[in-house]
Amino acid sequence: MNYSKKDRFLLMINKYVLIIATLIILLPLLYVLLASFLEPNVLLSKGISFNPDDWSVQGYVKILQNEAIIRGFFYSILYSVGFALVTVIVSILAAYPLSVEGFRGTKVIMIFFLITMFFSGGLIPTYLVVKDLGMLNSIWAIILPGAISVWNIILARTYFKAIPKELQEAAKIDGASDLLIFFKIILPLSKPIIFVLALYAFVGQWNSYFDAMIYLEDAKLHPLQLVLRSILIQNEVQPGMIGDQLAMAELKKMSEMIKYSSIILSSLPLIIMYPFFQKYFEKGVMVGSIK
Amino acid sequence: MTTDSKTNVFHKKKSLFQYMKQNYMLYLFLAPAIILTIIFKYIPMYGSIIAFKDFSPMKGIWASDWVGLEHFTKFLTSPNFGDIFMNTLKLSVYGLVLGFPVPIILALMLNQVKRASIKKNIQLILYAPNFISVVVITGMLFIFLSPTGPINTILSFFMDNPISFMSDPDAFVSIYILSGIWQGAGWASIIYVAALSNVDPQLHDAATIDGASLLQRVKHIDLPTLKPMMAVLFILSAGGIMGIGFEKAYLMQTAMNIPTSEIIATYVYKVGLQAGDYAYSSAVGLFNSIINVILLVFVNYVVKKLNEGEGLY
Repeated sequence: MNYSKKDRFLLMINKYVLIIATLIILLPLLYVLLASFLEPNVLLSKGISFNPDDWSVQGYVKILQNEAIIRGFFYSILYSVGFALVTVIVSILAAYPLSVEGFRGTKVIMIFFLITMFFSGGLIPTYLVVKDLGMLNSIWAIILPGAISVWNIILARTYFKAIPKELQEAAKIDGASDLLIFFKIILPLSKPIIFVLALYAFVGQWNSYFDAMIYLEDAKLHPLQLVLRSILIQNEVQPGMIGDQLAMAELKKMSEMIKYSSIILSSLPLIIMYPFFQKYFEKGVMVGSIK
Repeated sequence: MTTDSKTNVFHKKKSLFQYMKQNYMLYLFLAPAIILTIIFKYIPMYGSIIAFKDFSPMKGIWASDWVGLEHFTKFLTSPNFGDIFMNTLKLSVYGLVLGFPVPIILALMLNQVKRASIKKNIQLILYAPNFISVVVITGMLFIFLSPTGPINTILSFFMDNPISFMSDPDAFVSIYILSGIWQGAGWASIIYVAALSNVDPQLHDAATIDGASLLQRVKHIDLPTLKPMMAVLFILSAGGIMGIGFEKAYLMQTAMNIPTSEIIATYVYKVGLQAGDYAYSSAVGLFNSIINVILLVFVNYVVKKLNEGEGLY
């Protein structure tokens, strides 16, 4: 395509603005990554340094010795995997009948689900239900209340609907039961959507702190995000992290150091997953947009 | 006729029962979702009547005495009301007005990048912040904006005294919104990028032959492509305007910036779960959701008028 002089100038501006936008995103992330490998003294006095003498893995050593962080990490994995499992199972089970042509009651059931998208009981009534069920301070409070998402059901239903009907009809004629059709025909064809739903659920749970904050009063059950909150935002140094005899300045330095390495640790599962899973996330957004 | 339709109804009813019996497995599939929805969505909805009651833990929600709109009047006439309401409104309106166009502009710009590999790599970077948790984002804000942080180090070339951004009430809204754009704009642009990549290239070729400039093509081909999506997404985000996220605002609160950072959601949490005034805080929460529904209906109406009858519903 031939561009006029003015258009070429515009495209050049476009290029530079995009480069700047990319840098605005990238630089803070790189800063945290580099800072996590620096001696806290250097960071406090000189800022970022590229001199290998200033590098250290002390921050990582410290967090790996920290009981609260390690425990939080494992609880986060437990909650996220559990949440993803329940969400996926409940969503695809519910989505399948709603995708079957001629299924009686689709409309009523869809309305039943959709209403919850527009009206909600709110924080306190939901909290009271969870409390009355005796689920406070248990993994169920994290996993169950959020597991049902209309959005997920719609996503899965859209996907199932796109599967050619002939397969199911043929199986039906051969006398296969709904259970058999679902497990032998639908599920094997649905790996991408299961993947998408599981990832969304995992990442969402991994990154959230709110449910854990209100439902888990026992700090021993806290996921990583809540531990991080106390380190990054409330500036609390975990007991046992630092010997009593250390001076206040040393303490500040140490907390400065843990901040960066704990950010990296908490992002680790997502960083590992990110490039590999990117196309699935995008696919998820797209399926949703078709509706 | 009458007999016909009667037998029809009879026939239909009977076969519905038979249908359910034949396909009971399908209904069983739905059971977990329906049970969870009833327990965690519908029962709390019913539980919102606590907002109209003088809640006593001994009696429970159902048996507590009715107080009508007492909690609502208490909130509406409380000295905090004006500030909290305006803070919530400011945060979301500014967030919508400033945040809504950014993903569209990003998508239009990305669409001009012709080499697919470069485009992919830029997108990979732009999407990344979406996967960072609110705790980490807020933690990073505290690190970067602290009086000894990198931003103040840069500013120290121009200014004498460091600014403590996170305790400045005037800075709260800007920090909240700009960091929100930093985190979300790239990811929000996906849907627009995809729509633009579906535009027939021949349209652009034909327009170029007719002498259309780049800007003209963006205005007359690209933008109209995005319009329906823009309408839907605008209504949805405007409808959620008072439902502004609790999580980040709560984390960003410091003792100093409370005058601008206290929003309805954080207030509900503090009064309800921290102070234990369940009924009053539920009334505040309910007030908030009612405004939300009204806004959704109103914005949908306006967009429908402006957008030639095309709204969300």
